[in-house]
Amino acid sequence: MNPRLAKVLINGSLCGLAAAALLPLLWMLSVSFMAPGEASSLPPPLLPAHATLHNYRELFAHAGMGRYLLNSLLISSAITALALASNLMAGYAFAKLRFAGRERLFQALIGALVIPAQVAMLPLFLLLKTIGLVNSYAGVIVPGMATIFGIYLVRQYARSVPDELLEAARIDGASELRIFGQIVLPLLKPIMVTLAIFTFLAAWNDFMWPLIVLTGQEHYTLPLALASLARDHVQDSELMMAGSVVTVLPVLLLFLALQRYYLQGLLLGSVKG
Amino acid sequence: MNRQRTAWLFLAPALLVLGVFFILPVIAALGLSLTDYDLYALADIHNLRFVGLHNYWALLHRPLFWSALGNTFYFVAVGVPLSIGASLVAALLLNSPLARIRPFFRTVLFAPVVTTVVAVAVVWRYLFNTRYGLVNDGLAEIGIHPIDWLGDPHWAMPTIIAFAVWKNFGYNMIIIMAGLQAIPLDLYEAARIDGASAPRQFWHITLPLLRPTMMLVVILTVAGYFQLFAEPYVMTEGGPLQSTVSVLYLMYEDGFKWWNLGTASAVAFMLFLIIFAVTTLLLRLARRGEHPAGERT
Repeated sequence: MNPRLAKVLINGSLCGLAAAALLPLLWMLSVSFMAPGEASSLPPPLLPAHATLHNYRELFAHAGMGRYLLNSLLISSAITALALASNLMAGYAFAKLRFAGRERLFQALIGALVIPAQVAMLPLFLLLKTIGLVNSYAGVIVPGMATIFGIYLVRQYARSVPDELLEAARIDGASELRIFGQIVLPLLKPIMVTLAIFTFLAAWNDFMWPLIVLTGQEHYTLPLALASLARDHVQDSELMMAGSVVTVLPVLLLFLALQRYYLQGLLLGSVKG
Repeated sequence: MNRQRTAWLFLAPALLVLGVFFILPVIAALGLSLTDYDLYALADIHNLRFVGLHNYWALLHRPLFWSALGNTFYFVAVGVPLSIGASLVAALLLNSPLARIRPFFRTVLFAPVVTTVVAVAVVWRYLFNTRYGLVNDGLAEIGIHPIDWLGDPHWAMPTIIAFAVWKNFGYNMIIIMAGLQAIPLDLYEAARIDGASAPRQFWHITLPLLRPTMMLVVILTVAGYFQLFAEPYVMTEGGPLQSTVSVLYLMYEDGFKWWNLGTASAVAFMLFLIIFAVTTLLLRLARRGEHPAGERT
């Protein structure tokens, strides 16, 4: 084929795909600035006649969006911090510390990856009900405090830490905790960023478990609030789009800022998954 | 210095969390599925009775379970090939040496993956609105009558599939791109010297060498797509005429709307068994086909 034609075809197709990927998001942004009812006119407008922040004001003043935003931030940050700590320690132990049954235990964990998380949800609900965590932030946070995927990711990465470095520190009399904190953690920084952004995005976007465990609106995360808004306010498309923007924008920006780490983690996690 | 104890101390937090909040509940779910745990048992545990395999037996005689299973298989059987097809096309285009501003395109094509399912499902619901949606408006331009996308039992699942393809293709695109980049360039060089055309190079070099990557991608995507839930919850609430009730949607309604936790646990376990069986079968098939493809190259 003519290379010039091929070039036009390839870049043209890429532009088409990019437009398909972006259009729903751009349309969401555009409608969120429309006056109430404007999107429900014929033909459907692409851009607001007079851009207004009315929907955003409405969301934060009357629909409690500020509260939901804070809930989402709080829950996602807590899960990220706690899961990061436990996964880093466990992943490091699997990679670098010697103990009986290490390989077998690790294989068992990897094997458990085939179990869909939803299988655990019904008894988990009963368990959290017994210990009084249903309808609380803790109810969402607690089951997310460690992940097999996270442990796997850290282990893969931590295996590249040279043993000689750790042995030398041990000979110098450093405690295991100190070795972990002062030698290992600085070396694991890239995977820490990767794991943090992965965990944060997953927690932010999570829907099914928070839907089950949060029974009252006061603890709702953004996806829950949006889903309940979508069921009650079917007609207010402008308001819903503003709500969607508030929900999507933080994670989209976070991804744009830390893209390199995110894609790296995606590849690390799936190459031998 | 006790190395063993140190190791277990490092493992303790993660293993404790996974043990108490994942492994234990999974085992309990199996037990729960053998009981008639319902609203009465929730109020007073003495109302709980062991019913053996009755819940599973009852499920097999319940039309809604079969239609949920049918809907889920429909979503997987159509959604997975379309998603991966889109990922493959996007990866090939992005990987072409002729492609411009690749980092930009990669970011844009990946963006839907990081968005929140619920939020973008709400957006799609409006895009596919019968009266005011942009999709019907665009179709009207080329003379197609408005389609009741989410209100017509024949169109609701295809619409959800289109949404899932849009939302997810970027993920596998990244994995496939890595697979493409791992193919040694001299293979293409040699083929060019032998006079092989671009389509022939694709069939005889790219596809066979991409096989392990595609296998991985197919299995991960199949397992993921069986867990369909948020999309029908937001876009159709399982309707119209229960045409988008998925297995997980059924589990959610049984368990947390009607509080039949015994039945719902049986549904969850059935789903687990099905995912396990299907992915194992795919793995077998893929392994069996490995050798002939290897010989051809």
